[in-house]
Amino acid sequence: MAEVTLKNLSKSFGTDVGVADISMSIPDGAFVVLLGPTGAGKTTTLRLISGLEKEDTGEIWISGRNVARETPAQRDVAMVFQQYSLYPHLTVRDNLAFPLRSPILKTPEGDIARKVSEVAEVLQISHKLDNKATALSGGEMQRVSIGRALVRDPAIYLMDEPLSSLDAKLRTDLRVELKRIQASLGATLLYVTHDQIEAMTMATHVGVLNEGGLVQFGTPREIYENPNSLYVASRLGLPRINVLPAGIFGGAPSGTAQIGMRPEHIAQGDGLEAEVQRVEHLGDQNRLHLILQGHALTTIADPSVDYEPGAHIKIAPRNPLCFDADGNRIR
Amino acid sequence: MSSFSVTEPSKRSKWFAGTLVILYALITMIPLAWIMLTGFKSPADAISYPPKVIFEPTLEGYVNLFTQRTRQTEDFLANNPPENWRDEIVRQYDMVIVGPSKFGERFLNSVIIGFGSTFLSIFLGTLAAYAFSRFKIPLADDLLFFILSTRMMPPIAVAIPIFLMYRQLGLSDTHLGMILLYTAVNISLAVWLLKGFIDEIPREYEEAALIDGYTRFQAFYKVVLPQAATGIASTAIFCLIFAWNEYAFAVLLTSGTAQTAPPFIPTIIGVGGLDWPAVAAGATIFLLPVMIFTILLRKNLLRGITFGAVRK
Repeated sequence: MAEVTLKNLSKSFGTDVGVADISMSIPDGAFVVLLGPTGAGKTTTLRLISGLEKEDTGEIWISGRNVARETPAQRDVAMVFQQYSLYPHLTVRDNLAFPLRSPILKTPEGDIARKVSEVAEVLQISHKLDNKATALSGGEMQRVSIGRALVRDPAIYLMDEPLSSLDAKLRTDLRVELKRIQASLGATLLYVTHDQIEAMTMATHVGVLNEGGLVQFGTPREIYENPNSLYVASRLGLPRINVLPAGIFGGAPSGTAQIGMRPEHIAQGDGLEAEVQRVEHLGDQNRLHLILQGHALTTIADPSVDYEPGAHIKIAPRNPLCFDADGNRIR
Repeated sequence: MSSFSVTEPSKRSKWFAGTLVILYALITMIPLAWIMLTGFKSPADAISYPPKVIFEPTLEGYVNLFTQRTRQTEDFLANNPPENWRDEIVRQYDMVIVGPSKFGERFLNSVIIGFGSTFLSIFLGTLAAYAFSRFKIPLADDLLFFILSTRMMPPIAVAIPIFLMYRQLGLSDTHLGMILLYTAVNISLAVWLLKGFIDEIPREYEEAALIDGYTRFQAFYKVVLPQAATGIASTAIFCLIFAWNEYAFAVLLTSGTAQTAPPFIPTIIGVGGLDWPAVAAGATIFLLPVMIFTILLRKNLLRGITFGAVRK
């Protein structure tokens, strides 16, 4: 395991910007999640690190080496692809053994058998080892493909939305499993997703990407509590952060155009009057959809209190986040 | 108990489709069956009218195909009793076997040239198709069109220039010359078909192999080739059938050493009258290799000719 550093990395495809001037340091043993919508440059970043794409400018350092001239094989990275990841002509066992048999690793067959059965055990695919890769369900395929990365001990694991094609239950299970494995191996992992739950639950660090650029990098908590732009604030949090014009409640610092309030940052009983539109009972909490002077808001409320649609309640912001007209944070 | 299903054909339509297929197969197989039967007829039965379907089988045709014979005097025949069943067959016509015919040699030439050019077409075609499919090649589309354009006229249209060129280069009537020629004709088909197959194989597999510690060439033969096997097999069948059956160039460019079976078989007719059973025997043996090759690869062929239509 090792540290990976990106320095001013840029890559464009014709006129499309893939990655624009990204600098980032992935500490040894960190679980870094890159978060962003489609086209934000997440996958391109992974492909640049793995060597599948060549950067236009900038440098990539893995374990203290500048890997500009190294092939993907020499870079000592393992990657889990979003799809098409298993070799369809091989059995599950041979798929898992494939990286170990490479001319770079040349693992003795005895060690291969041991490692493959260990990883299969962890991912609960031992009973499928002799199946053809194409004879698996989607969830099993993705587990094998994660397994094919885990049999190795690379400088860094790169994962490109590995859980996105799975059903909700399996996704939750594997998320927990992946985090456990990473923690127990002390592995360095760069993980791409657009699922904020995955980002919040697994990451030691989150990098938020927008249009090829890295807009904020920090712990999940920092990103959630202290976003430096409206864009970052709205990437995390479910229900999404409520955004209102600054003038509604008043008291915002000068230059503030909008204020952002997370649902849990709305205090009830005081302030302005809002109308309850709809109530969602989630069991442990109620979600209230409110209308405040024509603006829709969502907040959470005590599940033991009954709210009727059409009722009026008074609300006030608690520590709102202030943003200027460009969406930058005003502190 | 059978349940109703929209996608599963009914018993009746299955029966109907089955009957049609069998009928069609019977019709297309009649000429083949006739050739095979004629190979076992006597010359008289072969030309009898109305044609005989039931006859006494004989190996005369096969003996005549593989041997050279001469007519002998009665004295000679009386003093030299037949040594084996082959001799006995030719004695009916007062002949003796004086040696093997050229059929064996010509057949071997067909095998060498047919399989040699198929191998070469597939080998070069696969590499070219991979390059066209995966790398950025300047003017790739124009090059591909140029490659295809070699098939836009009948190959025999260039027979005279090739004939003159081969005479200058000393390639006339050589195995190498014929292998190169058939490869040149087949390679455009091979490149185009194989490019289609390789395009269908997602790049992600190779990328995974590159990251798993393999070089590009290793990724090509460990990951791409096995998945292209279907396409390679069906392309190989097409190439072999062309090279195996080619007649015009073979007549023009070969006469001895490298003559293939197709121009040789008709020459049997001229040896000692119209020997149809020997011609039929030659045609039957000539059919076998392609038949066996196709049967061995038929699973791949079936999947191959529906390429692009069905994705696993």
